[in-house]
Amino acid sequence: MSALMDEKAAATSQDGVRHMNMIEAINSALDVMLARDPDVILLGEDIGYFGGVFRCTAGLQEKHGTTRVFDTPISECGIIGVAVGMGAYGLRPVPEIQFADYIYPGLDQLISEAARLRYRSAGEFIAPMTVRSPFGGGIFGGQTHSQSPESIFTHVSGLKTVIPATPYDAKGLLISCIEDNDPVIFFEPKRIYNGPFDGYYDKPAKSWKGRDEAQVPEDYYSIPLGKARTVCEGDALTVLAYGTMVHVAESVCRDKGVDAEILDLRTLVPLDIEAIEASVEKTGRCLIVHEATRTSGFGAELSALVTERCFYHLEAPVERVTGFDTPYPHSLEWAYFPGPVRIGEAIDKILSE
Amino acid sequence: MASDSHEKGRNRPKLELHVPQPHYRPGDTADFSHLNIPAAGDQPRPDEVCEARETYPLCDDLIRVLGDDDRAHGPWDPRLHADTLRKILREMALVRAFDNRMYRAQRQGKTSFYMKCTGEEATSVCATHALAADDMIFPSYRQQGCLIARGYKLTEMINQIYSNKADKLKGRQLPIMYCSKRLNFFSISGNLATQLPQATGFAMASASKGDSRIAATWVGEGSTAEGDFHSALTFATVYNAPVIFNVINNQWAISSFSGFAGAERANFAARAIGYGIAGLRVDGNDPLAVYAAERWAADRARSNGGPTLIEHFTYRAEGHSTSDDPSAYRSAEEREEWPLGDPVNRLRKHLVALGEWDDERQQAMDEEQDAIVRKAQKDAEANGILGHGLHHPFHTMFEDVFEDLPWHLEEQAAQAIRERQIKWPEDKAE
Repeated sequence: MSALMDEKAAATSQDGVRHMNMIEAINSALDVMLARDPDVILLGEDIGYFGGVFRCTAGLQEKHGTTRVFDTPISECGIIGVAVGMGAYGLRPVPEIQFADYIYPGLDQLISEAARLRYRSAGEFIAPMTVRSPFGGGIFGGQTHSQSPESIFTHVSGLKTVIPATPYDAKGLLISCIEDNDPVIFFEPKRIYNGPFDGYYDKPAKSWKGRDEAQVPEDYYSIPLGKARTVCEGDALTVLAYGTMVHVAESVCRDKGVDAEILDLRTLVPLDIEAIEASVEKTGRCLIVHEATRTSGFGAELSALVTERCFYHLEAPVERVTGFDTPYPHSLEWAYFPGPVRIGEAIDKILSE
Repeated sequence: MASDSHEKGRNRPKLELHVPQPHYRPGDTADFSHLNIPAAGDQPRPDEVCEARETYPLCDDLIRVLGDDDRAHGPWDPRLHADTLRKILREMALVRAFDNRMYRAQRQGKTSFYMKCTGEEATSVCATHALAADDMIFPSYRQQGCLIARGYKLTEMINQIYSNKADKLKGRQLPIMYCSKRLNFFSISGNLATQLPQATGFAMASASKGDSRIAATWVGEGSTAEGDFHSALTFATVYNAPVIFNVINNQWAISSFSGFAGAERANFAARAIGYGIAGLRVDGNDPLAVYAAERWAADRARSNGGPTLIEHFTYRAEGHSTSDDPSAYRSAEEREEWPLGDPVNRLRKHLVALGEWDDERQQAMDEEQDAIVRKAQKDAEANGILGHGLHHPFHTMFEDVFEDLPWHLEEQAAQAIRERQIKWPEDKAE
């Protein structure tokens, strides 16, 4: 039984579990933490009265007050910069960047300041913030509303990068992030806010309804950072994925009847290397799937790690399925997206070795 | 098509790109006649909780207290007790003695780098005296005077400059990039103006918790061109944050004169006007005026009057750092002929004029400061100087990246320690 199943068994054995989509789960995590810890403070464009463009903070200002949940000027540098100062004071700010694509004006405050504050002050000052931001494509957002910039952050010493793939994980991981004393980037895969995506644009959108991962306790619970989730066990190959791609990969393996072991990495930094090694040593084959552009993407790091650490267990070269090295095109999004065809071909190639 | 539109536009006036030039370069005679320096005491002093717009005439003026007669004049006279003035004088002299000795230590190879604040001592020492001890300081890199005014141990400062085994920042930061949580002195960044949104955030946090602490931050005039400056001022005005922005206009950003930050068009204090916050322009070499302006802004912030931007109009008498040679880009006469004089000298003459000081005491004080610095330096050198092996254990390099050491950093730490045994087999210490 996986750790997740244990957690779920514990969760569902109690009252107060209800169906939530990912937006509701995130909202619930923020609500729980605002109520539990008076030092938690939410800030971002449109997050207050309106509740965020994706509604993740809906109702929280009304419930917790305008000094705990408030709108900000349109300045990512300001949002993250003031969060550093708030952290130095002793608060636990949760800034929202409306789209991950907009995070670049705030990058210096994140990577030069928040990420290094503990180090450069030898632990005297810390920046315990959780930067929430919807990321990834699949919603026809064009090249400025679809990017997956996670590898920029995993390259920075001192930042943690967390990406949930289910409502249950979104709440439990987000609570851990807020409680963490290090700065964390919490990327929300917006394509699966309302339901999992199997990669087929021509099929009706799915909903989280009726799925185990959408049974979310209303109260506090947390999922430790640095622990991958085993989506399904198998012997044919190991698939490493996160966010939306967990669901696409799962659907492709199911459709093809491939006995894959799929790991949802959940956190890229810190990475659950033990789970990866154990799985690849078992299956001898490894496919890495992410939506971000290929060159210098996080898949390159995963591929290098697997090759360095599991080389003598490998039966085939490690394969990467990724987005292309172009900006995300609006009208050709379905062609850009690393969907079932690209994943299916890679699986065939790995299994044919 | 392109040639067509070119043809159509041929009667238009030719555009010209303006590239600012300073008034004089090496070899030129310095002439400060373009500076408008009003008489001390002539500037009105609005109430601390006035509407921001009441301060706007002061953004185009220059608040001065000490006159040519070495006496205090006008409504900005903070009426400090002679004991306080002597304390400030001593601290400014200590900063100067410290700078001189550390500059020499860098030239002797004891550290990699140093930055003096000669001529700007008032902008940090006097400003710090106007704040409460628990107000948070978000400094830039030339505010050693803030730490000294808060009584930081010089040996600690020198340990940091030497990155030795007693450096409490574990040898990670450049020299002069101090940090002291105990003294409410935030960690210094090498990236410019980043401390301004942070100070604003700290002030917002304090206000959101109903605390009484305010934040003050320092930035050079050159760095006001950074986006962080404008983000910080926007946030400060939006949330009426209890924060003071000290813009140190020392005329030079390494070799770029203040014109490259927009000084030809508007004073830096006038930046406040566009944001609707209070602005003051102060003679930064007048210790009494600096104290008075900072005190005004602190009182305003503390009484929920909101943020203030203060332009301290001063002069960087020395190079930008030990890596800089100002004779390569500015007139040699500038420093000597700077019309607002030297802050240490002006305060000394003021105390003499008050009958509270004399040459004998001055000489004794100067010798005392020098002895204090020498003693601190000797104590620090016992802990090692840069590059002489007395540094923190290798494993510390990997600590504090995160609260807990993840597996990949533990692996890399093991690698570094293995390499150490190969590179320096005779060195047994860890």
